[in-house]
Amino acid sequence: MKILIVDDEKDIQMLFEQRFRKELRSGAVELAFAFSGEDALQYLSIHHHEAVLILSDINMPGMSGLDLLHHIKERYENPPPVVMMITAYGDAENFNKAMELGADDFLTKPLDFNILKEKLKLN
Amino acid sequence: MGAAPILLIVIIAQIRQILIKNNVKPELQEMLKKGLYVASALLILNNAPIVGPIAKWVTSGLLILIIYFVYNSNDLRRFRNFMYAYIPVILASIVKDIVTLLPRSWEETIEDYIDVVTVFAFIWMVAMLIIANKQNKALRAEQAKREVEEKMKQIAEEKKAELEVLVAERTKEILRQKEELQQAVEDLRSTQDQLVHAEKMASLGELTAGIAHEIQNPLNFVNNFSEVNLELASELNEELDKLNLSQEEKTHLISMVNMIRQNQDKINYHGKRADSIVKGMLQHSRTGSGVKEPVDLNSLVDEYVRLSYHGLRAKDKGFNATLDIHLDPAIEKIPALPQDLGRVLLNIFNNAFYAINEKKQLGTEGYHPTLTVHTTLIDKDRKSVLIRIRDNGNGIPSAVKDKIFQPFYTTKPTGKGTGLGLSLSYDIITKGHGGELRMSSKENEYTEFTIKLPV
Repeated sequence: MKILIVDDEKDIQMLFEQRFRKELRSGAVELAFAFSGEDALQYLSIHHHEAVLILSDINMPGMSGLDLLHHIKERYENPPPVVMMITAYGDAENFNKAMELGADDFLTKPLDFNILKEKLKLN
Repeated sequence: MGAAPILLIVIIAQIRQILIKNNVKPELQEMLKKGLYVASALLILNNAPIVGPIAKWVTSGLLILIIYFVYNSNDLRRFRNFMYAYIPVILASIVKDIVTLLPRSWEETIEDYIDVVTVFAFIWMVAMLIIANKQNKALRAEQAKREVEEKMKQIAEEKKAELEVLVAERTKEILRQKEELQQAVEDLRSTQDQLVHAEKMASLGELTAGIAHEIQNPLNFVNNFSEVNLELASELNEELDKLNLSQEEKTHLISMVNMIRQNQDKINYHGKRADSIVKGMLQHSRTGSGVKEPVDLNSLVDEYVRLSYHGLRAKDKGFNATLDIHLDPAIEKIPALPQDLGRVLLNIFNNAFYAINEKKQLGTEGYHPTLTVHTTLIDKDRKSVLIRIRDNGNGIPSAVKDKIFQPFYTTKPTGKGTGLGLSLSYDIITKGHGGELRMSSKENEYTEFTIKLPV
């Protein structure tokens, strides 16, 4: 399963790689990273339909996570990749907006990797 | 012909004139009028045979009487000047009359002298009359002047009195206005203070939330990486076990890994602690959002008093306090955010019980820990409800009264309070509910929080 993680914090890559070290070793999961919404769209246009799951932060400079979500859900219709949005301490406004735009799930920071793994049925 | 009767007529006429002019003693005026007739009669009789001498004596007597009268009457004081003129003539005429009673030989010698004296007396009379006339005129002018002055003075006095009344009225009015203005200035000042305070609190709340937003991302990394490290340390231990090392080396390495784990545990623990503070701070940014629903305030208050009380009792079995709760049944459901409002109530109740407990620990004799809660419906002006929560704990020193609603201000020892409770409560009540949160306190006696909520 290929997961694209979108976040403007570069350290997120190290964190995910360490958190998913076992899954990466076993080959159950492949990780790709994009550090902005624009990066993510570029990645998606090159690696068409490769990423099954997109994990995106909402608060990012430039294109926000919600913009990205909007683009993805518009452009990739059949079937669009699963998009999970991540934001700080679940504020209702972002949650509602994300759901409106067709987000598949909504995660709050700090990310609980056990819950994430459960959702990905990796445990 | 003798001058005495003529003099009598002149004097009586003059006196009468003066009385008429001054408009005094009408009965005397009448008497003088009769006196004029008598004097006229005497003038005629003076030269008549037989009765002549008697008339002369009567005339003289009347003249002396008049002199006496003039010198004893206050109304005729001004006439005394004239009398000086007449007296020598009168005396001369009386002496002349007396001389006629003397033996004839004497009479003849003295008569010459008397004639001379009479002439001088007449000259004296004329001179004195002229002087007296002049003096009188001057006096009269002076008096008229004085009268005018008196009148002016009187008018001035009246005007002054009128002005005095006006000034008093005006002064009263000005004083009243001054007091009103002073009151207005005071009101303005206190409103301004409140506004400044509210503004400060609002910006502090925003700042707090802003800081929390900035801290949360790095903090998430700290927490996440420390969790991974814990996992890695466990794995490292497992891997070490598999290695072919001497027992001594293994123990040494494992103990080092365990130390790293312990440290990581501490990092994790304090990271979580920071995280809970950040979460508390972030609540500030959430006040004011959310949909209000009808809330039964009385039962909410009751519920949270008991929750707080039993929460504390669970931790400290020795603690107890009298709960004095008065709930106004007139309060109907009010629009509120029940969770937020509950958080405020819990916060204030917890603080109150904490204060009561602190005072109890001091072991003051005869101290009865009491928490008093009132809810009241206020009907006047804007309809609102009041919740008053009073504890009889140690109170809050006036020096820190202004600070208690500021974020991170706490009097509790480290780890016992973040100092966010009241600042958040303030935001919830003011921003979230459009109400007011106030505190009053007397050191060593009480602390009272008042929540005012619009209905």
